[in-house]
Amino acid sequence: MTAFGKLIRTTAFRLTLVYLFLFALFAASLLGYFAWNTRRLITEQITTTVNAEFAELNDLYTRRGLRGLVGAIENRALRPGANLYLVTTPTGQAVAGNVAALGNGIMATTGWSETVYHRLDEQQKAPHRALVRVDELSSGFRLLIGRDLEERRRIFSIVAKAAQWSMLIVVVLGLAGGVFVARRVLRRIDAMTGTTRRIMEGDLSGRLPVGRSGDELDRLADNLNAMLERIEALMTGLKEVSDNIAHDLKTPLTRLRNRAEEALATSSSEADYRAALEGTIEESDGLIRTFNALLMIARAESGQVRGNMDNFDAAEVANGIHELYEPLAEDNGMTLRVVTQPAPLHGNRELVSQAMANLVENAIKYGKPAPPIQPPAPDATADAKLGEILIEARREGDTVLLSVTDHGPGIPEADRKHVIERFVRLEASRTQPGSGLGLSLASAVATLHRGELRLSDAEPGLRATLAIPALSGEGLAVQALPLESHPV
Amino acid sequence: MTLIEPESQMRLLIIEDDRESADYLVKAFREVGYVADLASDGEEGLSLADTGDYDVLVIDRMLPKRDGLSVIGTLRDKGNRTPALILSALGQVDDRIKGLRAGGDDYLPKPYAFAELLARVEVLSRRHGGPAEETVYRVGDLELDRLSHRVARGKDELTLQPREFRLLEYLMKHAGQVVTRTMLLENVWDYHFDPQTNVIDVHISRLRSKIDKGFEQPLLHTIRGAGYMIRDGIR
Repeated sequence: MTAFGKLIRTTAFRLTLVYLFLFALFAASLLGYFAWNTRRLITEQITTTVNAEFAELNDLYTRRGLRGLVGAIENRALRPGANLYLVTTPTGQAVAGNVAALGNGIMATTGWSETVYHRLDEQQKAPHRALVRVDELSSGFRLLIGRDLEERRRIFSIVAKAAQWSMLIVVVLGLAGGVFVARRVLRRIDAMTGTTRRIMEGDLSGRLPVGRSGDELDRLADNLNAMLERIEALMTGLKEVSDNIAHDLKTPLTRLRNRAEEALATSSSEADYRAALEGTIEESDGLIRTFNALLMIARAESGQVRGNMDNFDAAEVANGIHELYEPLAEDNGMTLRVVTQPAPLHGNRELVSQAMANLVENAIKYGKPAPPIQPPAPDATADAKLGEILIEARREGDTVLLSVTDHGPGIPEADRKHVIERFVRLEASRTQPGSGLGLSLASAVATLHRGELRLSDAEPGLRATLAIPALSGEGLAVQALPLESHPV
Repeated sequence: MTLIEPESQMRLLIIEDDRESADYLVKAFREVGYVADLASDGEEGLSLADTGDYDVLVIDRMLPKRDGLSVIGTLRDKGNRTPALILSALGQVDDRIKGLRAGGDDYLPKPYAFAELLARVEVLSRRHGGPAEETVYRVGDLELDRLSHRVARGKDELTLQPREFRLLEYLMKHAGQVVTRTMLLENVWDYHFDPQTNVIDVHISRLRSKIDKGFEQPLLHTIRGAGYMIRDGIR
């Protein structure tokens, strides 16, 4: 497509054309109205003057007869810029006046008419136009009074010329404006197209140029950039997953294979084989668990489970998880406590529960207070607090906060961002069983609910908080009663 | 695991297209005393399920010719209420709900342990032809009244927490059957995820300390590699 072709195909240019047409139409009708009204006004003026004069002359004729009328007409016809006058006999012969020739049959019809005429006193042959009134006098004589229409024609031609010029200006300026706007838009669109093409070719880090005016194109570019951001994050996530899968699934697979190989090579009794097979099943169960967790994270991150969302109270989730894990915590020499207030949110109850379960499992696994280096503090309550895990559900403004706080060693600030990534396990936890996916899943669940997983210092210990946007007040009122439960 | 008396043989239909897993399932179910038929695609499965008198259907989610969910849906539309268990390799969260909505009675993601599948099939079949729900469950000298929420062993009244009561209720409802940890988590707690810890075992051991501690005959048994079972040991 040529540059010009591209230009006239832009929306901006086409819109300009439409506006141009509309504006021209408007100007034309305005001028037309003006011309028509002027013409009407002039005609009206002529009619009034002629009527008055006719009445005057008719009166004169009645009082002074033909002689008086002729005298008055001769007199008036000589004045500069005089009206047209003509008096004829009943047979049509001119008696007095300043008209040399008239259109055919004008004198035969009474009333108003427009006609061409020649004056007696002028040399040129060009005919003029006039508006005339003809009437029969009482004796059968006829009287014509009229006025030249030159003035009317001149005003009309001025208006016509004005119309021509204004049209020309409108069209020229409009086209120029259209081209200007279209070229501006086109330049920006071309810049965007260029960037998107680069992105399509694989450079996901490219971003569209955003101007400072905040107009619709800037907003579009902003949105597209946000979309690209998301796509890039997803792609990076995907790559990370495949890298991690390669690394962290191959290790147990290798163990699995080694175990089977070793059993084949060295086992001699049924018991040996049995032990090897049991180990194999255990190892593969672990693999399946890891795989399920990975799939779940991937699904949560891609937003695929958004369909199964309903309204529920985060406090119920907190209480449920507390109820489930309280005995386990106790067996591990810790206490699990729960503090809740109503905190309604819209989401996937199952996934939020699972995220909370992961956080509590982490707290139970890693949240044990470090054995005191110094002799135990005399304050016994401080000790009790150290072995405590606190589950909280509350609402803070527009956010529902579901948190799990332990008083273990915590996570150094530098590592906090890092541990959310898949398969990351800090050195201290390597000896504990686990896949390193718990926090990743919790984080993915938070993201799915347009929230985030926050890790903070509980001094001492770790506080992991799922911060999820709360259900708005309106939705709360409507949904306060039935909290749907999952079909079993 | 010989819980099935020969005279009341269970009839099972397995609809699974993967030859190897299908053969494995048929063999494994026959070993524990089931009559197991096999269909290898959706159409064949539908016509077999429609004509044969089965106690339970085990249906793979993705089948040639006709999707597993569609098989169940068609059967349900025809008024066939045979319990159906869906096996699926798809994800758990949304897929399970979809499967249950289509008319399935239980859902098991692949890969699964055969013990888990067997336990679930037995619970389903018992539900299908079993007796009406009783008000009072009895196992040995253990008695659970579902209306008054009273639990007693012999002459001793036992005090259970609400959740312990529900746990015991579920176990006793399926007395004599293996109940897996996942089944307990799903049916007693209504959670469908896989905890990384032995959280269910802890609940069981608490319950056990209340109902079995101090009594000569234990009722709550751990079935190795599968789950738990409540059973009168004398029988």
